[in-house]
Amino acid sequence: MSSLESTETKRFGISITPENKPIVIASGFVLVILAIGTGYTLATQGTATLLSPTYLLQQLQVGSFLGIVAAGMMLVILLGHIDLSVPWTVAASAMMATAVGGPAAIPVGLTVGLTVGLVNGFGVAYLRIPSMIFTLGVNAVMRGLMVAHTGGFAPQTAATDLMQWLAVGKVLGIPVAILVWAAVSVGMTVLLSRSAVGKSIYMIGNREAAAYLAGIPTRRVIVAAFALCGMASGLAGTLLAGYSTKAYQGMGDAYLLPAIAAVVIGGTHILGGRGRYLGTVVGVILVVLLNSVLSIMQLPEAGRQVIYGCVIILMLLVYGRGQKVTQ
Amino acid sequence: MRNENEQIASKPGKPTSHQLPHVVLTGISKRYGGVTALDTVDFACSRGSIHAVLGENGAGKSTLIKIMSGVVQPDAGQMSIAGQPVVFPNPASANAAGVICIFQELSLMPDLTVADNISIADPPRRFGLIDSRAQRRRAEEVLASIGCEDVNPLSRIRDLPLSRRQMVEIGKALTKNPSVLILDEATSALTAADVEKVFDILHRLRDQGLSILTISHRMHEIEAIADMCSVFRNGRHIETFVEGTRTNTEIVQMMIGREITAHFPPKHERPPDDPSAAPVLETRGLNWEGRLTDINLTVRRGEIVGLGGLDGQGQKELLLGLAGVLKSVSGEILINGKKTSVSSPEAAKAEGAEIALIPEDRKTEGLMLGMSIADNLTAASLGRYSRFQILDSAAVTEAVRSGIERMRIKVGSPEDPVSTLSGGNQQKVVIAKWLLTEPKIILLNDPTRGIDVGTKQEIYRLLRELADNGASILFYSTDYEELIGCCDRVDVMYDGRIVRELVGDEINEHEIIASALNIEGGEVPDFLAGSDGQGGAV
Amino acid sequence: MKTRSAMTDLKIRASQNVGLLTAIAIFAVFYIFYNLNHPRGFSTAVLIQNSNEVYALAMVAMAQTLPVLLGGLDLSVGAVMTLVNTLASHVLNGTPFEMFLGFLACVAAGAACGFVNGCVVVYGRLQPIIATLATGAVYIGFALFLRPSPGGDVDGDLSWAMTNDLFEIAATYGFAENGEAAWFKTIAWIPTPLVLLILTAVLIWMPFRRSVTGRTVYAIGSGEGAAYMSGLNIDRAKIAAFTLGGLFAGLGGLYLALQTSSGNADIPQAGAYTLNSIAAVVVGGTSLLGGVGTAVGSIIGALVLRTISFNFRIFEIDPLLQPLIEGFVLLAAVSLGALRVLKVKNTLELFR
Repeated sequence: MSSLESTETKRFGISITPENKPIVIASGFVLVILAIGTGYTLATQGTATLLSPTYLLQQLQVGSFLGIVAAGMMLVILLGHIDLSVPWTVAASAMMATAVGGPAAIPVGLTVGLTVGLVNGFGVAYLRIPSMIFTLGVNAVMRGLMVAHTGGFAPQTAATDLMQWLAVGKVLGIPVAILVWAAVSVGMTVLLSRSAVGKSIYMIGNREAAAYLAGIPTRRVIVAAFALCGMASGLAGTLLAGYSTKAYQGMGDAYLLPAIAAVVIGGTHILGGRGRYLGTVVGVILVVLLNSVLSIMQLPEAGRQVIYGCVIILMLLVYGRGQKVTQ
Repeated sequence: MRNENEQIASKPGKPTSHQLPHVVLTGISKRYGGVTALDTVDFACSRGSIHAVLGENGAGKSTLIKIMSGVVQPDAGQMSIAGQPVVFPNPASANAAGVICIFQELSLMPDLTVADNISIADPPRRFGLIDSRAQRRRAEEVLASIGCEDVNPLSRIRDLPLSRRQMVEIGKALTKNPSVLILDEATSALTAADVEKVFDILHRLRDQGLSILTISHRMHEIEAIADMCSVFRNGRHIETFVEGTRTNTEIVQMMIGREITAHFPPKHERPPDDPSAAPVLETRGLNWEGRLTDINLTVRRGEIVGLGGLDGQGQKELLLGLAGVLKSVSGEILINGKKTSVSSPEAAKAEGAEIALIPEDRKTEGLMLGMSIADNLTAASLGRYSRFQILDSAAVTEAVRSGIERMRIKVGSPEDPVSTLSGGNQQKVVIAKWLLTEPKIILLNDPTRGIDVGTKQEIYRLLRELADNGASILFYSTDYEELIGCCDRVDVMYDGRIVRELVGDEINEHEIIASALNIEGGEVPDFLAGSDGQGGAV
Repeated sequence: MKTRSAMTDLKIRASQNVGLLTAIAIFAVFYIFYNLNHPRGFSTAVLIQNSNEVYALAMVAMAQTLPVLLGGLDLSVGAVMTLVNTLASHVLNGTPFEMFLGFLACVAAGAACGFVNGCVVVYGRLQPIIATLATGAVYIGFALFLRPSPGGDVDGDLSWAMTNDLFEIAATYGFAENGEAAWFKTIAWIPTPLVLLILTAVLIWMPFRRSVTGRTVYAIGSGEGAAYMSGLNIDRAKIAAFTLGGLFAGLGGLYLALQTSSGNADIPQAGAYTLNSIAAVVVGGTSLLGGVGTAVGSIIGALVLRTISFNFRIFEIDPLLQPLIEGFVLLAAVSLGALRVLKVKNTLELFR
């Protein structure tokens, strides 16, 4: 089976390791989406809007928020956990940042995310409550706090200028949001491939007992990963508030499932232990482009949902099916 | 022990003419990727005989029985049972043909009850639904037949000790009315008393005409039950002979294909350490949850201290306690005479303690199977190669290289997944991982269980070498040959206590067994003392 | 001897069901407390209202139990419920025969969704959580096709009869002397949704649990490799579990249509039901690791969750604070599991 695979990949002259296969396939799929979208615009409007740098940069800018959330989510998924508190961490960070305002806005936004992350990490690592359920509870608490804080309405406070600049400003024609995402990505790459914490995250995701017995400070690593994930959500929320100039209820709802989808489409194993950060970046781009092409095609929401779901399944099926229990 | 009115010659007997081949394999080959696991193997076993399959890890024994029991399918070759050609696409079809395998990795569902597990494949039914009363009765009968009346059929497997689980596993296999029974290291976790029960059962089944195939690394067990032996090496069937017609040395030679000079490295006559110096490791009155009671032991510099006794008498807990895995351990641990608190494996490996624990189960506790050899090797010593959390890749590469070299691990590339290695090489990775932390105290929890002869010998040599270089070693083994061959002193545990310390000439089979059973010498059961110690390391 | 062994059996069974027993105790306390403080506590009207509010969540929680027992998670239960809800809003009207066909169509649709989930998981060999994340999106898409905006037409009589007590069924459809028969009096007060709930549990769940396939589901969740080695049909059991899950979720959606007399492809509501179903399953004593738990526990879990909100109404808690309190209660409930950590003296046991 594996020898068959290796000859197949060799035929293309490049060696595709199992780690990289999803990334290559997802990248190919990104091109397919672009081609289909361009074909559509050429046929209907006679222009190749999708391929213009302005449009692509704009899509990447929108994608940055998802990209930052997905980066944090990836850390947690690599551990074999999941963070369902993302929606209201995003919203709470945005709301608190706009509520505080001034120079403290961004630090407050990040601190909110960090705090939520620390609580999540504490519950998962020290109380050993399954992350699925603990982060769900934290999400409910955050929602409750924000409803109590805002009275259930969109807060009237606005994002600071700095927040708006970070979200929509441009440096040398490149949206600042993309640069922020790029900075996060550099940090993630170093963290995951060059740092002891990164290695520890993979180890815990592979076999927590073995990592613990090897003297890895497993609990602290788990807390750190959740804290970083919370911070990423906080950063995304702060930027998102800058993007829409204010915070509003449910602004984070649209980020949870796409972030998980992007991470998994990028080849990270949902049960942890395996995955490369580059894959997550490609996964985010794929999700964002797919959404934008579908909206260009003016598909009704119903059709978009169906296609979105089918694409995820299709991608994962193409990646090769999981191992059977008998190996 | 043996049935008086056996019709078929019992061990050490000769295969009689009516022992016709029952299961016949011809030209069986199996490859996993680039690795040949079995190479055109011809093999047969007869009714009414217990047939032992011997070989190093990676010799193809496991693949052989996996093919016979339908877990994997051969690439080439045929199998027949009672003259009829058979093909087993899955374990269910093998079971249906009467081939039942008791696997080394337990095939029990830990969250289900004993009764559920015993009747899992074919439960008694009423109106199409499982009849839990009938199922329970069946479980009680089965448990009684294997002498496990103490197990409640309603208990979850998870709540049973390992030795009971393995007995349930055996009971489960017996309910399926096997005509061919395969045991893959099925006695490895059993207590001595249970082993005896199982052997009785096997003899009974053999006499009923079953064909029994067993894989074991314990030479004295094979001597005790096998009628026939087959040796495998590198995926080939080397030889089949009647048990007792070859010496252990000859068998070992067949298995590893080379001459073995000594089983155990010599214990050096070293000048004893200054007895006034504090021992490197000392415990005073350790207690834990009723499983460890008043443990006082010392390990000095350069010493290998063995932990003996029957399985499950607290040896594992003691090692885990010393490595900081157990909570609420009372008593004192002194390292180099200084009272030290070890609250986690992380604290255990830190300066001041420098303890390494080679855990019991390499697949779940020793290794991250999904990760590369390199990642596994450096897992315990990552802190040594990083500054401000960032890893120095040159230092990592160097550490990996030295680890592989030191333990002579056979690897293609260090980046290959550790799961591609054979069991023995995997265990070497576990040990190398800890040696990279340069520990002063090394705790080993049955490190040679299920490992081939060659690797075992290497591990024995290594332990002695480490001790000679100043390490202090505490070594738990279920194989008392190892304790005799390797250890300077042996502490024998019984029911959570150290009941006896054996020194020098006292370290012999008789004393170990007597104190393991917590009895005075002279009442040792015949079977346990049966091995002569020669070649017991197999 | 006999009694002593019966006692040990009881002890063993109790210790194996601590989670479920705790959930029942919590529910009993909360619900009695609620009724004591309700101006019309312990009355049929209150009971009817409560059971109406519980049924859909209880069904979705039962649906979630099956994948969880397998060791997975189904993120599409809310979507399946929503899809069947929108379908029901189209087909639950007309002649009794047409309504019956409509009912069958709804049940079949729910089971079909579950079947698809099962096939994707089994033959696609995808992790359930991610496979159902995707199929959930597809089902929501279909629901949006069926009901782009809320609305629908559900037979009024049916809706009325099904969401009240047994008396109203008899009165509506004219049997047992329009519900006035003396023998009927003793049971006439029982709310229909409660009866439906018990029927679902007794007629569908209980037999499934005691079937070979049902036990295979537990075996897989407990150890898939061991289940395979034991010669169990793993693929069939997984597909059956997901199909049954879809069926339960569909029943929830069907009931929602009866309750609201309409269909609504409400995405946030679908998400909320999915997340609450997980919470209910956990509160009901089912292990997220698989192999341990029952759908009955999940019903209790759903009851606990709903009873908490009932209590809010009674005490007129500021609606703005309700989500917060709900959140804390949920967090506290799941944190009860942390008590286990204090008891574990061998750290390795935490990792299994």
